[in-house]
Amino acid sequence: MDNLVQTKPMPRLFPLSGKAIDRRCTPVNGGARFSLRLPAASISTASAALGVELAVPVNRASAANGRTALRLGPDEWLLLLSEAEAVPVAAVLEARLTDGRYSLADISHRQTGVVLEGTAVTDILNGGCPLDFDLAAFPVGMATRTIFCKAEAVLWRQSEGRFHLEVWRSFAPYVWNLLAIVSREYAV
Amino acid sequence: MTQPYRLSTGGRIDRSRTLTFSFDGKHYTGHPGDTLASALLANGVHLVGRSFKYHRPRGILTAGGEEPNALVGVGRDDAHFTPNLRATQVELYDGLTSESQNRSPSLMRDYGAVNDVFWRFFPAGFYYKTFMWPRKAWTKFFEPRIREMAGLGRSPKTADAARYAQRFAHCDVLVVGAGPAGLAAALAAAKTGARVILCDEQSEPGGSLLAEPEAMIDGLAAAEWLKAALVQLAAYPQVKILPRTIAFGYFPHNMIGLAQSLTDHDGEWDDSKPRGRLWQVRAKQVVIAAGAIERPLVFPDNDRPGIMLAEAARIYLERYGVLPGRRALVFTANDVAYRTALALHRAGCAIAGIVDLRPDAGGPLVTAAQKAGLPVFPASTIAGTDGRLRVTGATIKPIAGGSGQHVSCDVLLMSGGFTPSVHLFSQSRGKLVFDSTLDAFLPGAPAEACSVAGSAAGLQSLKEVLDSGAAAGGGAASYQVANAPLAQGGFIGAVPYHGDPGSVRAFLDYQNDVTAKDVVLALREGMRSVEHVKRFTTNGMATDQGKLSNMNALGIMAPVLNKPVPAIGTTTFRMPYTPVPFGYFGGYARGELFEPERRTAIHSWAAAQGAVFEDVSLWKRARYFPRGTEDMRQAVARECRAVRNGVGIFDASTLGKIEVVGPDAAEFLNRMYINAWTKLQPGKLRYGILLREDGFVIDDGVIGRISDTRFHVTTTTGGAARVLTMMEDYLQTEFPELDVWLTSTTEQYAVIAVQGPMAREVVQPLVEGADISAEAMPHMSMVECRIAGVPARLFRVSFTGELGFEINVPADYGRAVWEDLMESGRPYGITPYGTETMHVLRAEKGYIIVGQETDGTVTPDDVGYAGMIGKAKPDFVGKRALARAAFAAQTNRKQLVGLLTDDPAHVLEEGAHIVADPAQPKPMTMLGHVTSSYWSDALGRSIALALLRDGRARTGEQLYVPLENGNARVTVVSSVFYDPEGVRLNG
Repeated sequence: MDNLVQTKPMPRLFPLSGKAIDRRCTPVNGGARFSLRLPAASISTASAALGVELAVPVNRASAANGRTALRLGPDEWLLLLSEAEAVPVAAVLEARLTDGRYSLADISHRQTGVVLEGTAVTDILNGGCPLDFDLAAFPVGMATRTIFCKAEAVLWRQSEGRFHLEVWRSFAPYVWNLLAIVSREYAV
Repeated sequence: MTQPYRLSTGGRIDRSRTLTFSFDGKHYTGHPGDTLASALLANGVHLVGRSFKYHRPRGILTAGGEEPNALVGVGRDDAHFTPNLRATQVELYDGLTSESQNRSPSLMRDYGAVNDVFWRFFPAGFYYKTFMWPRKAWTKFFEPRIREMAGLGRSPKTADAARYAQRFAHCDVLVVGAGPAGLAAALAAAKTGARVILCDEQSEPGGSLLAEPEAMIDGLAAAEWLKAALVQLAAYPQVKILPRTIAFGYFPHNMIGLAQSLTDHDGEWDDSKPRGRLWQVRAKQVVIAAGAIERPLVFPDNDRPGIMLAEAARIYLERYGVLPGRRALVFTANDVAYRTALALHRAGCAIAGIVDLRPDAGGPLVTAAQKAGLPVFPASTIAGTDGRLRVTGATIKPIAGGSGQHVSCDVLLMSGGFTPSVHLFSQSRGKLVFDSTLDAFLPGAPAEACSVAGSAAGLQSLKEVLDSGAAAGGGAASYQVANAPLAQGGFIGAVPYHGDPGSVRAFLDYQNDVTAKDVVLALREGMRSVEHVKRFTTNGMATDQGKLSNMNALGIMAPVLNKPVPAIGTTTFRMPYTPVPFGYFGGYARGELFEPERRTAIHSWAAAQGAVFEDVSLWKRARYFPRGTEDMRQAVARECRAVRNGVGIFDASTLGKIEVVGPDAAEFLNRMYINAWTKLQPGKLRYGILLREDGFVIDDGVIGRISDTRFHVTTTTGGAARVLTMMEDYLQTEFPELDVWLTSTTEQYAVIAVQGPMAREVVQPLVEGADISAEAMPHMSMVECRIAGVPARLFRVSFTGELGFEINVPADYGRAVWEDLMESGRPYGITPYGTETMHVLRAEKGYIIVGQETDGTVTPDDVGYAGMIGKAKPDFVGKRALARAAFAAQTNRKQLVGLLTDDPAHVLEEGAHIVADPAQPKPMTMLGHVTSSYWSDALGRSIALALLRDGRARTGEQLYVPLENGNARVTVVSSVFYDPEGVRLNG
């Protein structure tokens, strides 16, 4: 992880660059992402190092200081950071988790984000995602790995009517085009 | 005069608007609120179809989804055409175009009706017995002729213009059917705060209440109560009402399939709007309130147009304001038919008689009929009917015997009682229990979290129906009901008719043309099980699944077999309840969205260069880059020359990549791959082979050690997901003690291969932070550095046999780095190449492709890789399988070899077999097969790889490849054709 630094600025060509459906679906381009894997014994050290509480229930988001951790499993977190945070976060974890019993994999470019919002957002999501979006079943702050039609996705509920969807870059146009078709069924 | 049978008042139609529609080219009018069936009846049209087998004229029999006769094709053109729709369910819209089916040239004059004249020659089982010989005639003559004769609607030839939607949903209570029981259930459930979905197949909720002018519920007329109930339900935000939505399938764990029609009712005018939506509803509790279906009576010639179910006739009268005829004869075993007679009588229809099978019919409805002066014939039957395209009369006979009496009529309304609609309950694997007082199968113990309410549960009074609904919805409402009739009485089987049973046809299954006699014949032929009788006669096998016929079939079987009905049992109901267009199941998955089409970060560049793409799993990969008028072979030859003599550039982004990280990363790879990993130093690469537990090669790829605890594993393009899943499986179930974690990084990196003698010259100027000279960075090493300013993992590796680099950069930079490399390579004539060139170059070197040289039965030794096995390792996946005695005993396993044809221009066909002697008698002894075969530009001749029995020992032998146009003689050679010493790799 010692070569995250760039020596000259180069623009990123995002999978959904220039895409727009309507105000209900917006690409979230850029940012840094890591997949963080830890045994239970290292959670508190890593939380302190990151400044983000990782010991939240599975399938819950935790955010502090502009850093977000989505706990996708007992030992798995998806870290969503600004690009500038990538290097310091990798460094601080390496410095603090001295036994090396963890995995930090850079997946900043593996996937891309889409924000969905509006009154029909759960209907649109249910066009391809089989989960129950009732607030009791999928409360604000919940985040989980799931599917949208034939694509794997991570879905995070940021507020009652706002979701953040993460999909792998090569699946992004497929998911995006489906969202465009499904959202046509509901008036803006 | 238009709509001569339309009453001036009554019903739920909107007489202020007139709609025009056509049926078989003739124009008619109707009103909003009509179905196609009610509008046709309003115009006096009963003849709407020809039957499946005998081509008998048939009329509208029912008023609902159970309709077996009135199957029509609807649609303004072929792209919007749907065959086999039930006219009773087709909502009328202005401009509706419909046609009848199974007739030629017209409904009135149908050539197929010749079958009806010779009906005695077409008994049940006729096809099984008659067309046995000669065998060839079956495919050439009989089958095409039968297919032409039989069948129903025509399928459209044009692609469906409609789009279809799909939706997942969850609820606490799903109520199927919005009749009185379903409404009561939904109201009760909504009051508890539950999330409710209420679906109903009709255009508006209400069920039987839509044709209920008399009953009072809680002091309100039924229609008023219905209105109030819907207002009440609409006030609950957590209640969703879905009209025009059929619950067609009950799947495990309370998953219910709903088909919601969205635009059929207004004619599908806008193709951008979905025509229908498939719902997959996961419900905590399902309430089945699907109602009951009236049974026909099975009597001779009971299928003429104008013969219909009594309750259906009443629905046409009360809901649609349509008189089904001017003079009705009623035939019943049920009180409810008296209600129909009374209502028709009041509306001005003459009642020719009420023929009741029961000797002792009584009760308020019977009394009322008598009081109204309607002629009642108790303990009587109908022995036959007449009329060709419309019933004109019938013969009434006392059951006790004696002379018959002919009465004329233009409609004959029958009621054999009601069969509870237990289809969904049965689909859910709930057991059915026979109730001998009702002559019906009722829901027994459920297998899922579901309950059945209303007449679907066999309840007969409106109060019981409402109360059972309320209870099913979790409430305790006790409804006050007045003036509601009781639907009691019924009959199953064939009615007595005092005639020669061989000379009459009493229809049982209208859609498949099965008669009572066919069932008796099946029993005489030795069929005993209801399932055998069903298949022999095809009773209940039409699209209506025997909704009208199953109980009557059992009623015919029981006395012949001398067994009670429950001892015979009933057939299983399967989804769909009524047919669902295929488009619903396809949903959004059509055209470009059929599957995700995965494209690399460099795809747009290749597309702009005119690359020809091929599908590799879900990926689009550039296959070759033709210039000018080049064909594939010319383009590939040019691309190969560029790589061998200068430099080529290749998009390898689709390669699977897995980041294996943790203190036990090397140990984990030791246990997974055949190779030894412990001693691989950081900064080095190794080619790894992965086996399945059975010892056969499943994947391969180059693995780089980034640090002591971090490996960059590559897999085949198609194997990426499979390998990660397999690794996770082993890690979680076999090696949970290892501190190692796996992350898919396939899409994190764009991978650019720069290959050829000039590769270093191209890459060097863009590298920062690393020395990539031959001394500092030999073949099979790697370094983390920056290329074109962005962080990179640079591998010195070759799948071409030339000096080469594979550059991994974060994918969003992939295209920019590619373009920088193109620029850097311009002085060296850098040439983009595709997968086809990659295949040729690697074959020239004898490098295998998993899935091409291997087929799941190939061991490492078979492809010459036994030396890679880490001998000192205690175990790895597949090790024990390779040590099996069975492998050791096999002395003639197929091994990887090269083949050279005598004719250097001859490129063998991949997959072709190899034999020693092409003159040997067939079947020949196959020695192996060709796995890869190409024109090699570097060698100026064709080359092939093959798996050959005991192949390595056959080097130099001459063998044959028998092909369509002669035998090709080949010589067995080493699988490495080009640069066998590997000098070029180390350039």
